[in-house]
Amino acid sequence: MYAYDELDRTLINERVSEFRDQVKRRLSGELTEDEFKILRLQNGVYLQLHAYMFRVAIPYGTLSSKQLRRLAHVARRYDRGYGHFTTRQNIQFNWIKLAELPDALSDLAEVGIHAMQTSGNNMRNVTSDQWAGVAPGEIEDPRIWSELIRQHTTLHPEFSFLPRKFKIAITAAEHDRAAIKIHDIGLRLHKNADGETGFEVLVGGGLGRTPFIAKTIKPFVPGRDILSYIEAILRVYNQYGRRDNIYKARIKILVHELGIEKFAKEVEEEWKAMGDVGLTLDHTAIEEVRSRFSYPAYEKLPHMPDELKQAAHDKLFERWRKNSVSAHKVQGYSIVTLSLKPVGGPPGDATAEQMDAVADLADKYSFGEIRVGHEQNLALPHVAKRDLPLLFKALDRLGLATPNVNLVTDIIACPGLDYCSLANARSIPIAQELTRRFANHDTADLIGRLHINISGCINACGHHHVGHIGILGVEKNGEEFYQITIGGRADENAQLGTLIGPAVPYAEVADVIEDIVEAYLALRDRPEELFVDTVKRLGVEPIRERVYATR
Amino acid sequence: MTSPLEQKKIRITGPSVVTANRTWDGAVVYRTAKQGWSTELADSTIVTTSDEARALLAEAAADDVGAVGPYIAPVELKDGGKVKPGNLREHIRAKGVTIDLQVPA
Ligand code: HEM
Ligand code: SF4
Repeated sequence: MYAYDELDRTLINERVSEFRDQVKRRLSGELTEDEFKILRLQNGVYLQLHAYMFRVAIPYGTLSSKQLRRLAHVARRYDRGYGHFTTRQNIQFNWIKLAELPDALSDLAEVGIHAMQTSGNNMRNVTSDQWAGVAPGEIEDPRIWSELIRQHTTLHPEFSFLPRKFKIAITAAEHDRAAIKIHDIGLRLHKNADGETGFEVLVGGGLGRTPFIAKTIKPFVPGRDILSYIEAILRVYNQYGRRDNIYKARIKILVHELGIEKFAKEVEEEWKAMGDVGLTLDHTAIEEVRSRFSYPAYEKLPHMPDELKQAAHDKLFERWRKNSVSAHKVQGYSIVTLSLKPVGGPPGDATAEQMDAVADLADKYSFGEIRVGHEQNLALPHVAKRDLPLLFKALDRLGLATPNVNLVTDIIACPGLDYCSLANARSIPIAQELTRRFANHDTADLIGRLHINISGCINACGHHHVGHIGILGVEKNGEEFYQITIGGRADENAQLGTLIGPAVPYAEVADVIEDIVEAYLALRDRPEELFVDTVKRLGVEPIRERVYATR
Repeated sequence: MTSPLEQKKIRITGPSVVTANRTWDGAVVYRTAKQGWSTELADSTIVTTSDEARALLAEAAADDVGAVGPYIAPVELKDGGKVKPGNLREHIRAKGVTIDLQVPA
């Protein structure tokens, strides 16, 4: 867990009273919507189809049970009893009333939660691996660095008025769970030949209208220099950044236009020319932040406790364990993913009751800590293996033990036309229908790892470009149509998907996806070959042929 | 969101209403004949010419305290005078999300 200091608390509280005053002036007519809009966006408040939407940051995806209970309270007291976990380690409330927002913000502020950096053209909350600090083989806890960057960039004028929004993600593990290659800046923590800790720096990733995979501009920047190096990147960006064209102002466009070599060279020159700008992180500064992350007092536990051996006879338990339980860096413990993707349910939604119950389970089994990942699932990061059978029973009762993590029904979907004013088409009902089609867990197991990502418009909030199967809602003569891509991925081998054929109408999407999956099952050369690997080996054509032959 | 300004050039092709979100709570509202807002589509003023539409929009936009982001939206008039939303987006705004809200517990 991370302990906020006094300064952060004061800042958060000041923002709440400031916003309370702004809302009051808006409701009395003293502020027009035009004047108010920028103020509400700075506090995570959007206007959706039916209501205001309120986006709250969960920095690097770490929550305490107390904080989760407070989110449940906000869902219950100010919303319709549920919240939506997003792909950027945020939670959104869809039905909040403007008049009550200051109260909601204030309730959240009491537990150190805020909505800063969730919207607007600024540095957004720095995201990280949801298994940070517990994943085996991690170089070190990437949240220390997320926090150092967060502190430096929060409300720093330079970072509050960028040409466009700006997103950074950090990973410190071999397997990238933070999708760093689709961020404006992606940082991969590793050690150089001398054993020194630093970052591979990637820039220019992003999805939306013009998707790009980030490219490496420097293989190693020592940790202590990372703030000044980011500063150099931003200076080059600000210098060239095309503020005139909203579609072109993301750093990815600049990197693409200049070319990665030229961009890298300019950053390098800027960085050298900057000299010492007081941004070097000394040992004390790093250790000070490190010391504010606390880790549980783990017990010395056996690798294979009796409870686990006994439970191995329970087929349902075993299926869930194999699917949702992952290795922990400490012997005798595991990381447990809680699927927020029940069959037939909207991906990423959790009710207030579920949030409260998860908070209780976290207190009982996970040292009071919960994590939120970009796949829109939750995790309990420190579960003793002996407790797994009991935890399973409890989660199952809550509908949070669907054994589908990373499988075909673990779908990422944006709110789409059911909520979003920018949408062309619905996302959630498509996801719901797909989970029903693949509801049989044996079939899903047979298919193996397969990520379906759905966005309701080109803004790509549902990461469709990097879904193994991507589904994008478009509009044709007032009807909902969907473009389908295959072969995308968001991990260390990130790649954009390829269009498989003409867009299909709403009613046919699930059929086409079923056909794609069937084609894959017929074409894979062995059961272990993942969907994306089959697509990579064969290209899109053989699958296209099978799927569109009869259409 | 289509802003009122962008819609200035737009010509309506069928019966239309002016809709927006109520400022204090964000609820979907429709401009009424009494220069107010109602959450019921049935209460809305229906316009059939582009001139009427523009006038209604201008009048509605002046009430910035009451509602946010007014725009012209199509409706269908059914037999017996019943008013229906004219497209899927407006249908969802009028009737709510097309999904089951609660996650199965
Ligand atoms: C519901 C209201 C929402 C609105 C109005 C909205 C709007 C947008 C817009 C306009 C963009 C494109 C920005 C650009 O290219 O510069 C964008 C990007 C993005 N949104 Fe949303 N969004 C919403 C909800 C969500 C949700 C629920 C999620 C997570 C599930 C999400 C995650 C993202 C992500 C990850 C991107 C970045 C894509 C990229 O790399 O360019 N958004 N959003
Ligand atoms: S992708 Fe489009 S439809 Fe989906 S949430 Fe983002 S802006 Fe809305």
